[in-house]
Amino acid sequence: MSLNHYLVLSALLFTIGVFGIFLNRRNVIIIMMSIELILLSVNINFVAFSSYMGNVDGQIMTFFVLTVAAAEAAIGLAILVTFFRNRATIDVEEIDTLKG
Amino acid sequence: MPVQMPDINLGLMLPEILVTLLAMVLLLLSAWYGKEGRGTIGWMSIFGIGLAALAVMASGGSGETTFGGMFVDDQFARYMKLLICIATALPLLISLTYVRDHKMDGGEYYVIILFSMLGGMLMISAGDFIMLYLGLELMSLSIYILAAFKRGDVKSSEAGLKYFILGSLASGVLLYGISLIYGSIGSVAFTDVAHFLANAHGHVSPVIGLGMVMIIGGLSFKIAAAPFHMWAPDVYEGAPTSITALMGVMPKVAAFAVLYRVLLIAFPAMHDQWGPLLQFMAVASMAVGSFAAIAQTNIKRMLAYSSIGHVGFLLIGLAAGTSDGLQSVLIYLTIYVFMSTGAFALVLILNQDGIGDNLTDYKGLAKKRPYLALLMATFMFSMGGIPPLAGFIGKLYVFMAAVKAGMITIAIVGVLFSAVGAFYYLRVVKYMYFDEAESPFSMEVSSTSQAVVVLSGVIMLIWGIFPGSLLEWTETSVRIFQ
Repeated sequence: MSLNHYLVLSALLFTIGVFGIFLNRRNVIIIMMSIELILLSVNINFVAFSSYMGNVDGQIMTFFVLTVAAAEAAIGLAILVTFFRNRATIDVEEIDTLKG
Repeated sequence: MPVQMPDINLGLMLPEILVTLLAMVLLLLSAWYGKEGRGTIGWMSIFGIGLAALAVMASGGSGETTFGGMFVDDQFARYMKLLICIATALPLLISLTYVRDHKMDGGEYYVIILFSMLGGMLMISAGDFIMLYLGLELMSLSIYILAAFKRGDVKSSEAGLKYFILGSLASGVLLYGISLIYGSIGSVAFTDVAHFLANAHGHVSPVIGLGMVMIIGGLSFKIAAAPFHMWAPDVYEGAPTSITALMGVMPKVAAFAVLYRVLLIAFPAMHDQWGPLLQFMAVASMAVGSFAAIAQTNIKRMLAYSSIGHVGFLLIGLAAGTSDGLQSVLIYLTIYVFMSTGAFALVLILNQDGIGDNLTDYKGLAKKRPYLALLMATFMFSMGGIPPLAGFIGKLYVFMAAVKAGMITIAIVGVLFSAVGAFYYLRVVKYMYFDEAESPFSMEVSSTSQAVVVLSGVIMLIWGIFPGSLLEWTETSVRIFQ
């Protein structure tokens, strides 16, 4: 496995994540999963570069990204729960009270 | 293998350490006090921000770094940190009564605001991409929570959800950009990036360009520059008004500071690439800000579009990349902090009894509450850039810098959009002064909101006529970028 393999994998995961956010018309949970996918694809990038160059910065960054991703998921789910309590739905199409 | 610890000079981080301690102590205190002492927590946090501001003023601003270059303390950081303290303290002052009336005054309200300010301060002092990312996330995550803070309100939780989803996507894009830069250069420090690019003599791999564009995109989301502005109107409208006031200024100060650092410390060699990009975003933001705001009937949405427009003007100065341009951005940003907080404070005052969300609710305000109407008119005129108010000075310096940098077309376009923008600002004035009142305007005005509004109004006048002090302060703070 060369560096390129990892980079292609990471780029694919990133693209799937972005498309998951924009093309998904069903469920906010799927959007949350896509966000995680984006962050993990970035982690693959960092670790691959870090191991390729023998430089430890990228792996340190990965730990920070993992930590922040955990906090982000917790906050996102908490906001989603309050939204569900108010609207009794988490359909993407139903998030439409605000428009102008 | 022996591990070598870098020298850590915690003294440079004194303001940040103070804010962190304060936030944690207040969190404990609010649990201890229970329901009674919530107002006290609010005052304590404002007092604490004052202390942090004093610590910022006492700091040397000598350009020293600590944590192996991750954290920078220079004149620019000093100026921006003072500004962010003001940009947090003023919205806090106007929200004291609002949060009490709307029953969202847990102590955590103030603590989360303090944490978001801490994130902003870390961004301002960032010396590498790790610090940038961590500060940005601390600030953004706190603001996602604050936007959804009215838990029982459909609009507020929807605003929080929308902001969270789009904000996380923007952070993901930013991070991917950072990983590309790291992969091409082998370091995440801004100075290493600059060093690498300076030695490359223009032969830069497209991967670095792509990484830079993704980083700029991620940061533009935080300042709500078009075409990354879609979230702003919805979130501004849905979030509690006191949080909208905060969101309008605080993250912008931090994100502009970090854009300065990224563009002018890490990527000065690529000005040919990012200059046109920023010019495009500036024109797009001004267009969106001017034309979309005309169609709005809700004042919070209108102010959201107006803030997108202001970001457009700010980006002109940044795109120029000259010392005049940088200085003009700081001048505009400083004025904007007071202008925007003042306008939102008035919206907040009028927001009592369910009136004040629609533009037409302002009809006849001048007859019933002449002072409030006069102040609102001051902010509207200032936002429209009409002399002798401070907003005019901000625009003047931005356009002057653009002309000096040879961006004459952009300057002309900016003046034209500014004229379009004046239309919807003046419409508010027309409603207030020339229409008959429909609502009784029986609201009480708390003394803290009054103080903030009057202070901002007076500052609009003073800096509009005597901008000398502002010019002096900003000049020393941008000197590090030369």
